[in-house]
This record gives sequence, C-alpha cells and structure tokens, in this order.
Amino acid sequence: MNVFQPIGRVFLKFLETTGRLLSFMGAALSHTVRPPFYPRIVLRHMVDIGYYSLPVVGLTAVFAGMVLALQSYTGFARFSAEGAIANVVVLSITRELGPVLAGLMVAGRIGASLAAEIGTMRVTEQIDALTTLSTNPMKYLVAPRLIAGVAMFPLLVLVADIIGVFGGYLVAVYKLGFNPSNYLQNTWDFLTAEDVNSGLVKAAVFGFIVTLMGCYHGYNSKGGAQGVGRATTNAVVSASILILCFDYVLTEMFFAK
Amino acid sequence: MSATPKIELRNVRKAFGKKVVLNGIDLDVGVGESVVIIGGSGTGKSVTLKCILGLLDADSGSIKVDGEEVIGLGSSDRERVNHKFGMLFQGGALFDSLPVWENVAFGLLAEKRCSRHDAHDIAITKLAMVGMDAAVADLMPSELSGGMQKRVGLARAIAADPEVIFFDEPTTGLDPIMADVINDLIVKVTREVGATALSITHDMASARKIANRIAMLYQGKIIWQGPVADIDNSGNAHVDQFIHGRADGPIQMAVRA
Repeated sequence: MNVFQPIGRVFLKFLETTGRLLSFMGAALSHTVRPPFYPRIVLRHMVDIGYYSLPVVGLTAVFAGMVLALQSYTGFARFSAEGAIANVVVLSITRELGPVLAGLMVAGRIGASLAAEIGTMRVTEQIDALTTLSTNPMKYLVAPRLIAGVAMFPLLVLVADIIGVFGGYLVAVYKLGFNPSNYLQNTWDFLTAEDVNSGLVKAAVFGFIVTLMGCYHGYNSKGGAQGVGRATTNAVVSASILILCFDYVLTEMFFAK
Repeated sequence: MSATPKIELRNVRKAFGKKVVLNGIDLDVGVGESVVIIGGSGTGKSVTLKCILGLLDADSGSIKVDGEEVIGLGSSDRERVNHKFGMLFQGGALFDSLPVWENVAFGLLAEKRCSRHDAHDIAITKLAMVGMDAAVADLMPSELSGGMQKRVGLARAIAADPEVIFFDEPTTGLDPIMADVINDLIVKVTREVGATALSITHDMASARKIANRIAMLYQGKIIWQGPVADIDNSGNAHVDQFIHGRADGPIQMAVRA
C-alpha cells in the first residue's frame, strides 16, 4: 500500500497550498475595499507596472505582429487568401497574443520584482515591523499592488494591441507589398468591440494573477536569500502557468457566448 | 508587586509542528520595569516576543497586557493594544524604500496622529534623542552603518511614545563600543519615555546594563528569574554556565543537527 502514500501526500500538499492561496486572496481582496487606503503607493505601482513596462511590452507586441503577418502570408498564399492577413493579425493580437504575451512578459518583470521586494521585507522582519507600527501589511503591501496590477494591465494590453497591429501593417505594406489603405480598411472592417473587450478582460485577470502570485510568494518566503530566490522563481513560474490556464478558461467563456 | 503587571504570561505554549518551542512560560513584567530574557539560540526568546506582539499566535496559555487578555484578539483590538508597544528589531528592520525620517515617523503617520509636517519635526526630535543629527533624516537607510541603523530603529520604536518597548537582541552584530553606546541609549530613552522594557539577548554585558530583572529561558521554560544583582549567585547551574559562557555544564548544545 506504500504506493498510495506519496500520491496522498502530494494531493494533500496540493489542497493545502490551494487553500492557503485562496485564503490569502480573500484577505487581500477584502483589504482592497476597506480603509485606510494608500493612494500614493497605488500610484507608485501603477507607474511601475504600467509606464515602465511599456518598452518590454511594446517590443514584444511589434515583433509578434510582424511575425504573425509574415507567417500567415506563407500559409494563406497557398490558398490565394492573402486578403485575410489583416484580419488574422488584428484578431490574433487583440483576442490572444496581446494579453498573453504582455501578461507573460510582465509576469517576468513585475511578478519577480514584487516577490523579491516583499520576500526581502519578510526575511528582514520589515513585515513584522509594519504590524508593530499599527499598519496591516496586507493592506499596505498587497492591496495597493493588486489594485495597480488590475488597473494597469488592460491599459498596457491596449497599447500592445495597437503596436502589434502596427507591426503587422509594417510587414504587410513594406515587405509583402499590400496597399496601405486597403490593409487598414481590412483591419478595421472585421474588428468588433468584443474582440478588444475580451482581450482587455483577460488582461485584467492576468494582472490580478501576476500581482497576486508575486505578493503571495514574497509574503510567504522564508529562509534568507535562498528563500527569496525560490519565492521569485515560484512567482514567475506559477503566474505564467496560471496565465496560460486562465487564458483557455476565459476564451472558452467568451467563445461559448 | 501588588499592582497589575504591565505584561503577564501564564503557561504560554507554542509548538511548530512537533517541535515544542515554548513549554509553559510564566513571566511578569511590572510597570516601569526593565526585564531581560537571556538564553541560548533557539530557546524561544524571539518566539516569546512575537507571541506578545501578536506576530505569532500562542497555542495555549494566557498573555495579558494591562490585565487584558490578548491571545485571540481581533485585528482592530490587536491594533489598539499594539499602539502601546514599540519594538526594536534585531536587524533594525527599517523600511528601505523610505527615508530615515519617514521610517521614524511611520507609526505616527499610520495612526494619523499628526500632519506630515509635524511628523517630520517629531522624527527630528526623536533622532536627536538617540544622538543623531538632523542631516541624516533625509538619507535612505541603506546609506547608514549598522550602528546608525540600530539607532534609527530605536528612534522609530520610541516615536509614538510607547508604554512598552521590546528589544530583540539590541547589540547583536555591533562592535563592543557601539554595543555599549546602544545599551546606554536604551537605558536613557526608556527612562525618558517612561516605558516598560522587555528585552531578549544573549549578550550578558548588555543584559547586566539594561536589566532590573533577568529571566533565563531554557528548553521553553523560565528556569530562573531574579534581580540583576543576584545573577552571579543564582545557585542555578544552568544560569552559571550561561553567564560565564562555558561549553561544559548542564546545558548541552546540539552540535550536530
């Protein structure tokens, strides 16, 4: 019967982690709506998450759009369906690649830095110090970052959408010889508000996932520098995997409508 | 002592998994008294402090502050009790994202007791109390030496005029001269603020200097307590071994883990 022991242990561990994460999430969420609020800190993280991620997200988006145009041309030329490229680029970017690629890039950038910052505060007792100074660390550290993440991700993805479509336009017009106004017309004609909106909803969810994972792993890190390193890795890996899982779940939800 | 003790611990127990750290602690700290808990590493000194501060929940027993039971308090009551406390952390635990003066005034600002402008002035006063120049107020904690960080930590601990100040290994990691400077400061500021003090240390020179009364913690229990003058003829073999720092005696260090 020893075979079942490790299986059971892993399963119990999984339940334990899930439970701990959910209760952390519940506590964090409840603190986002209860005073006192820290608008200055929210603003600082909005700038950090939104503004300073622009170069990374912009570069990712422009190359994603460019390669998308090039690849779909290779495929569509075989069916003489080159006209659909503008359509494919704009739909893929707004519905899928914009939120997912931006989410993954920012998971690396923001998730890691949140986990490292909060993790270091944990192991140097700064989080304990907050509590002794009449400040709830969940409210002061976690809630502002969650708010900033959920607010800024959709804006980032909106920028990524525009830059991504522009990348596709560059390749289509300057390399593949499309007529600029036709290409833009095709882009615009097939785009519906729901394509963009579904991408922005995804972005908000991904923003929540990235900041929650960064805060959770940082908050629960222990054991000095090594522990902080482990927290950072876990934050990025778990955020990336959850982004891909929830991407499917959300697509399914939008698709079913 | 006929009056209600400031802090009263009765049969406090705390275990992490199977490892019993506190095995029934009884300790009284009278109003205005300075009690030092001594003991080797890993005997539960820090855990005792954290239980009183509510950073850890004791498993059983009773902890009273001014006669009020604090185990199991809700978060708002806990915050009210913690208003009475100031704490100097072992590594200083200064917030490295904030300048020195904001660190010192953090508790005041969190409780919204005064405007930012007044808080700045109070921070300068408190820094002067620990012998620091107003010029350091705008530096970041990372620009300070270890001894200076300790002093800023002390200024932060006394900023909100606490009734009880906790010192967690106040002299660890300092050279002997700076350690003595910090000891003098602790004696001076607790007297000036009129606070009760509870310290933990394994530095006997420090303990002798700042204590009215010393309690020795061993294997999760207080095995001896008495006035500081009696420490040299305690009649307790464990205490004798500890204060003379001998490897041989009733206390056997686990050299192998």
